[in-house]
Amino acid sequence: MIACAGHGVCAELLPEWIALDDWGYPIVRREAIPPELAAQARWAVSNCPALALKLRKKRA
Amino acid sequence: MNTTTVRPVRPPALPFPRLLAHMPPPGAEHGAWQSLAEHRTHYARPPVPRGRPMTEIIDLVERAGLRGRGGAGFPTAVKMRAVARGRGRAVVVANGTEGEPASYKDKLLLAHQPHLVLDGALLAAAAVGAGRVVIGVEESAPEALRALRRALAERASAEPAGIDVEVLATPSGYVSGEESALVQFVNGGPARPTAVPPRPFEKGVGRRPTLVSNVETLCHLSQIARNGATWFRGSGTAEEPGTALVTLSGALSRPGVIEVPIGTPLSTIVERGGPLGPVGAALVGGFFGTWVPASGFGLAFSRAGLSEVGASPGAGVVIVLPAGACGLAETARIMAWYAAEGAGQCGPCVFGLPAIAGEMAALSHGPVPAGGLMRLQRWAAQVEGRGACRHPDGSVRLLRSALGAFPEDVEAHLGGRPCPASHGEGVIAVPGSADGFAGR
Repeated sequence: MIACAGHGVCAELLPEWIALDDWGYPIVRREAIPPELAAQARWAVSNCPALALKLRKKRA
Repeated sequence: MNTTTVRPVRPPALPFPRLLAHMPPPGAEHGAWQSLAEHRTHYARPPVPRGRPMTEIIDLVERAGLRGRGGAGFPTAVKMRAVARGRGRAVVVANGTEGEPASYKDKLLLAHQPHLVLDGALLAAAAVGAGRVVIGVEESAPEALRALRRALAERASAEPAGIDVEVLATPSGYVSGEESALVQFVNGGPARPTAVPPRPFEKGVGRRPTLVSNVETLCHLSQIARNGATWFRGSGTAEEPGTALVTLSGALSRPGVIEVPIGTPLSTIVERGGPLGPVGAALVGGFFGTWVPASGFGLAFSRAGLSEVGASPGAGVVIVLPAGACGLAETARIMAWYAAEGAGQCGPCVFGLPAIAGEMAALSHGPVPAGGLMRLQRWAAQVEGRGACRHPDGSVRLLRSALGAFPEDVEAHLGGRPCPASHGEGVIAVPGSADGFAGR
């Protein structure tokens, strides 16, 4: 299910990795998140009001 | 984008009908639908080797080099092997939804030769060790559904399948035929794409490994089992063997479905449709496709050949645009369709595509607001690669190809001199648009 409703919280909390398009929806960089941003990324995920953001282990 | 290099392609083999050779003539008995007895006079029951799962068949498909005919062109054997190796009893989903508005080949096969499709689906099920087959067909294709249900009823007594085979009517619409959307619908959910992974071959129907395969692909599969890999490679190119069904439409005297060896020059395909006059360009691959100007018609109709102009055969669609028609206006009408056809679940589709369609309509009819072209390009970049499926990517690809294929038109429109044809009713039949294209 796609739950994102464009609240924009993720882009506030993780601007290094998430930008917003002209309509307020997140554009997420595709590369793996570097370790130094991992905690911040988890923070963004847990604060998404729609629970639409997920963190996934990169497959080898 | 607008390259016009013509590479020599090998001359087309004689018309090589493999799937359409025994198509019942229009107006034949019972709606030109082929019974099991008639079918078996032309097509033997495919030999099913012993062993489970039957990796022999998968090896054969690999040697034949069969690629999917639903649009993505993925090697079928790779998918089959992944499903056969997965955990748990597999499921086969035959995808006959054909949401691409300009494509009719899958409906043609289902409505007239349902047993050819069933032969392939059951063989695929045996090959991957599946215990269940589901055949998805758009609810807006009643002939296909009726023929398939009758065919199944016939087999129940004459050739029992030994496994559960069901026909499922799916909601109409472009995205509901997308692989993950179809699987979610079979699972009882909405027919909307899901974020992937897991892909259906890992966890699909009932969380089981699921082979989702286009119905034309399954027909080829059954023919490979009957005639062998070498026979299959006797047509098409080394990289992309076999024939493909192509749905021809647009400014033609003989629109319809034809079968051609893969690699046939685009010009030969257009000629078989009988152009009604000078041809300006063709939309190749479908609404999800790419404009190819007539100067590129020397290209081979194959993934490799068409990639020279950024195009692909897609699900085998060629729409012919006459010289004098306005490619930008045609594109604008398709962009409006794209905006309306989204699943309505992801931001880029819900907001981005209508914005792009509006700007494209302005470019097509004028007046063009200041910075319109730049906005189009920015929005195209913003929606590309986003959302749960490839729907926004398809629209962006079409948009960019129109801007690349019709540069003089873009300049004229921007300069306040739109093509005279841009206010006409258009050539391409777009479902649900004002020109009254009521269903297929």
